[in-house]
Amino acid sequence: MALLEIRDVRKEFPARSRGGSPTVAVDGVDLDVEAGEIFGIVGYSGAGKSTLIRLVNALEPATSGSIKVAGTEIVGLGERQLQEVRRGIGMVFQQFNLMNSRTVYGNLAFPLQVAGVPKSEHRARISELLHFVGLADKALAYPDQLSGGQKQRVGIARALATSPSLLLADEATSALDPETTQEVLALLKQVNTELGITIVLITHEMEVIKTIADRVAVMEQGRVIEQGPVFDLFSRPQHPATRRFVSTLIDDEPSARALEVLQERHDGRFVTLAFRDPAVRQSQVFAELIAREVAFELVYGGIEDIQGQTFGNLTLSLTGDPAQIEAALAAVRERVDVREVA
Amino acid sequence: MYAGILGDTRLPELTDLLWEETFATLYIVGLTLLIGGLFGLVLGLALSTTRRGGLLANRPVFVVLNVGVNFFRPIPFVIFIGAVQPFSRAVVGTGIGEKAIIFAMTLAATFGISRIVEQNLVGVDPGVIEAARSMGAGRLRIVLTVLIPEALGPLILGYTFVLVAIIDMSAIAGAIGAGGLGAFALQYGWRQFDTVVTWTTVLIIVALVQIAQFGGNSLARKVMRR
Repeated sequence: MALLEIRDVRKEFPARSRGGSPTVAVDGVDLDVEAGEIFGIVGYSGAGKSTLIRLVNALEPATSGSIKVAGTEIVGLGERQLQEVRRGIGMVFQQFNLMNSRTVYGNLAFPLQVAGVPKSEHRARISELLHFVGLADKALAYPDQLSGGQKQRVGIARALATSPSLLLADEATSALDPETTQEVLALLKQVNTELGITIVLITHEMEVIKTIADRVAVMEQGRVIEQGPVFDLFSRPQHPATRRFVSTLIDDEPSARALEVLQERHDGRFVTLAFRDPAVRQSQVFAELIAREVAFELVYGGIEDIQGQTFGNLTLSLTGDPAQIEAALAAVRERVDVREVA
Repeated sequence: MYAGILGDTRLPELTDLLWEETFATLYIVGLTLLIGGLFGLVLGLALSTTRRGGLLANRPVFVVLNVGVNFFRPIPFVIFIGAVQPFSRAVVGTGIGEKAIIFAMTLAATFGISRIVEQNLVGVDPGVIEAARSMGAGRLRIVLTVLIPEALGPLILGYTFVLVAIIDMSAIAGAIGAGGLGAFALQYGWRQFDTVVTWTTVLIIVALVQIAQFGGNSLARKVMRR
């Protein structure tokens, strides 16, 4: 059984003005998040991912559908019971959302107070949390004395205070610079591997997905349009929106404009070969072309590494006898995906 | 009778009375701030939490409260005192004197304070409230341990502003036979052409305002750590 099961969930916000139509923020989403994984949800702003993640801990109530957290149905629960459910789910925010009137210690004590942890145990637990996130010397600092990265570490420590089984990260690195982003992502990975906490993170940055997610769902207009293991999504994006996201990070296929320039320089037939299977070697493919006396030139391409697995897209310009080219491509298709580039 | 550049004055023989009236003002102002401050806090909390997107969002309640506050707040205080006299008789048993002026001032202060409380609480980052909710905190806990502490600095400044306004209001207490510095200045200073008495009273009021403002500012600075 998945730790988080989302079935046909919808969320409508009432119309802002009289006579207006309600806004559908989440429109029939199905997702399963397995215990122990890092699940990424990517989408542009307004895609509904922020709303979706807020349905999981019922900060917003779902309009219909089913959301099960560790087997407990949370759609339709009363406020008191939801408060109980929320204590078992940590949440990290883009803007950190720390209380400026409290020290770091005070901020970390808050979830413990809410959960009814005896005051005598606060000190030890908070010290443990601060050591874990690497801020042992900042207990008495106020949030406005911390850098963005430090604030987010406090935010993560706060979310972990009551040892949740599930951590929700809402654009947790979007307000941080690239270097700090990597540090915070490393910390989240550590939360996942060392503490065994399942993480659902939403982001608009594919870099975040590429760095730490195991599986990913792509959202557009309130729906999940594509989901799967991160490597599959990067190496074989199906939906146009997914391709756009992948292309923000991986530039191994020529754009229409680049293609125009290339075709002025090369007069052959353009094809893109997609290498996915680690067992297929480039030399095997090139041997097929050479065997039929097809001349080829590499005009565009790249080899990518996604969490230790590699894949590549190579665009070739082929010249030679058209029949021979056709025969060679037929043989090549047995090994890799071939796409014509017009 | 003593004579000076400001004219004849009876100040020396009125000194005891002046002290008495100073304490009467402090009593009236203090009690008004205490009771009005508490009611204003509750009303302000109700206004800020029942509005759209608030913790207890409830449109009908918000509309009623909002219209109510808007109805009472613009009434000039000198008219307000007379207008609420019937209610004053019903609640504190009299329409004149110290009790009645405290009643009227408390009511007026409540409406004024509620707006100041509302403005400051609405200014609290909604993200912090959301974070507290995500940790499973109940609404009352959020109001008491997140909302108010996060707005405490500006709230103290707001209450200081109101305190000065209450001192101002108290000057008119004489209108319904209550004492205090305002009544004293009018009766023994202005009406007797005793400029020395008038200005002595004015200086005491100015001193009270200064002390209140200074105290409020330094407390707020301490809370906001600036």
